[in-house]
Amino acid sequence: MQRGFKLTGVLTDAELHRLPGAPSVERAAKGPVAVIECAEEFPCDPCEYSCAYGAIIVGQPIINLPCLDEDSCTGCGKCIAQCPGFAIFVMNLNYSKKEATVSFPYEFLPTYKAGEVVNAVNRSGKVITKGKVVDVKNLTNQDRTVVITIAVPKEFGWDVRGIERKEVKAYDR
Amino acid sequence: MGSMSMLTTDVAVVGAGPAGLYAAIEAAKAGAKTTIINEYVEPGGQLTKQIHKFFGSKEHAAGVRGIDISAKLLGSIDELKVEKRMGTLVWSIFHSNILAIAHNGKSEMLRANKIILATGASENAFAFPGWTLPGVMGAGAAQTLINLQRILPGNRVLMVGAGNVGLIVAFQLLQAGSEVVAVVDALPYISGYCVHSAKIARAGIPILTSHTVKKAYGEISVEGVMVVKVDNQCKPIPKSEQDMKVDTICIAVGLTPLVELAWLANCRFTWVASLGGYVPLYDDKMETTVKGIYVAGDAAGIEEASTAMEEGSIAAISAVESLGLMTQQRAYALRAEAYERLRSFRIGPFGKLRDQGKQFIWRERQKYAERI
Amino acid sequence: MRIKVHPVLGPLKGKATIEIEVDGRRISAIPGEMISSALIAAGIKVFRTTHKKGEPRGYFCGIGQCTDCMMTVDNIPSVRTCITPVSKGMKIKTQYGHGKWEV
Repeated sequence: MQRGFKLTGVLTDAELHRLPGAPSVERAAKGPVAVIECAEEFPCDPCEYSCAYGAIIVGQPIINLPCLDEDSCTGCGKCIAQCPGFAIFVMNLNYSKKEATVSFPYEFLPTYKAGEVVNAVNRSGKVITKGKVVDVKNLTNQDRTVVITIAVPKEFGWDVRGIERKEVKAYDR
Repeated sequence: MGSMSMLTTDVAVVGAGPAGLYAAIEAAKAGAKTTIINEYVEPGGQLTKQIHKFFGSKEHAAGVRGIDISAKLLGSIDELKVEKRMGTLVWSIFHSNILAIAHNGKSEMLRANKIILATGASENAFAFPGWTLPGVMGAGAAQTLINLQRILPGNRVLMVGAGNVGLIVAFQLLQAGSEVVAVVDALPYISGYCVHSAKIARAGIPILTSHTVKKAYGEISVEGVMVVKVDNQCKPIPKSEQDMKVDTICIAVGLTPLVELAWLANCRFTWVASLGGYVPLYDDKMETTVKGIYVAGDAAGIEEASTAMEEGSIAAISAVESLGLMTQQRAYALRAEAYERLRSFRIGPFGKLRDQGKQFIWRERQKYAERI
Repeated sequence: MRIKVHPVLGPLKGKATIEIEVDGRRISAIPGEMISSALIAAGIKVFRTTHKKGEPRGYFCGIGQCTDCMMTVDNIPSVRTCITPVSKGMKIKTQYGHGKWEV
């Protein structure tokens, strides 16, 4: 089995935790925080401008990997829809006693509504648990990139990164 | 040409994609009578189908969708009263300053003091048994269908090529409502950006590196494809075939600069593999070896929309400077700024190769100047 | 198949208000769209056959470069359908080989 993002498109745990955009395990355990899964140096910096707390630093040169200042990050999630690469997620491992939430960008139809029970997928698109939609944001400044937040069992917080798309047949055509 | 009418302009820009639009805007801003010519009936080039948000610097429209950048540029073109000749083919260049143009079957001659070639690129083909069957198409061609024409090319698609174009179009096919069965690439690794491959992986689409197409089959159009695993010499591994039922195969194996007009104008060329093949020689003003003819964008070597725009500006600034519409000092300063931005795009593991390619072209241009 | 809704582009705005004729069959088209688009929307994939072997060809490059999508349009052969917009009542024919001028 091949491993590593250059071979599969999927970050391994080791690759993820090495990223300057990933929060420490200790910080993540405390509450909402951004996870910036941007692993390659190419010119891009909208994330830096999106953060009102100055918690994302790209700096110069512009190809730098974004660096998360985990103490300044409030986990507000404004950065999610601003990342052109859909590489930013917000994790709240303290959502409730048993649940964590994960927020992620979503640009498919049909979209989801709060309360819906969904199949949550990991970075490989594999369904790993059931989840429940707790929030769907589609603000003007998100420019059509919907941000969905789902609650999943706590132990899946670091792994869930999206939801299974609804049947293509559901498209109206 | 006796009976043909002769049209005139200061700056003629061929191609209304990102490079051409930027060039036309810059030329018109400096007060040059500017004409922009485009073969497709709608201007905008590839921008008109880039529905994703662009990377780059926030100062330079990063995070904005290509379609919206296009709309803004087209607004400026109209505001600056650039003469638009859309659905118009340039079929030759005579005496290095006359463009032969054809529109609706009628030919005309356009004399231009300066010509900027921003003709873009075409997709590379990839020949395998069955590749000529209807249903096999360029990934960019499929992108044109779904995002510009709003037509689904098929229900089940195989994407060939895990570079950025393959990964982006695979994702946009999903957005349009197709099923993508896999992305395959003969390389042993994914050459596109990780953020793009991660989106495809999260959508549950397998990315098969070290895999290629053995053959496509079907009676009169694609009904399926045999995909085969390859070793590190790119040789098919026996008995590793997989049969995939698809009705569409998209090919995303690179681009080649569209430079026929530069050839016709007798520009000197060089071969730069990292920039997509034969590229006209040009200097830091984007001027080719034929005085008054400039190139910009993919026609000057395959890069990206952001770099194409900068090159379009540089070409136009140099053209209007040469026409006496801009002082040397001002042109020098504007070019320096543009090169500063270009430098920031041309570093890192992805940008480095292209930077080396550009430097090679300038050196070759210099050598050519010394020879004559 | 037309993409009626899209997560980024929204609902399809154009309406198929005109008709064109393909090998005698009437299909609807959206004003301004390319001939190839109207054909693919109607499920037509084969646009021409080759001169020597009679093999089918269809939409391939989408930018008027490859000539695979050429058809006979209003009696003029070898029209690149991917960059030629439809117009009302246009008569399109599958092109066999080089086609024939019938003007």
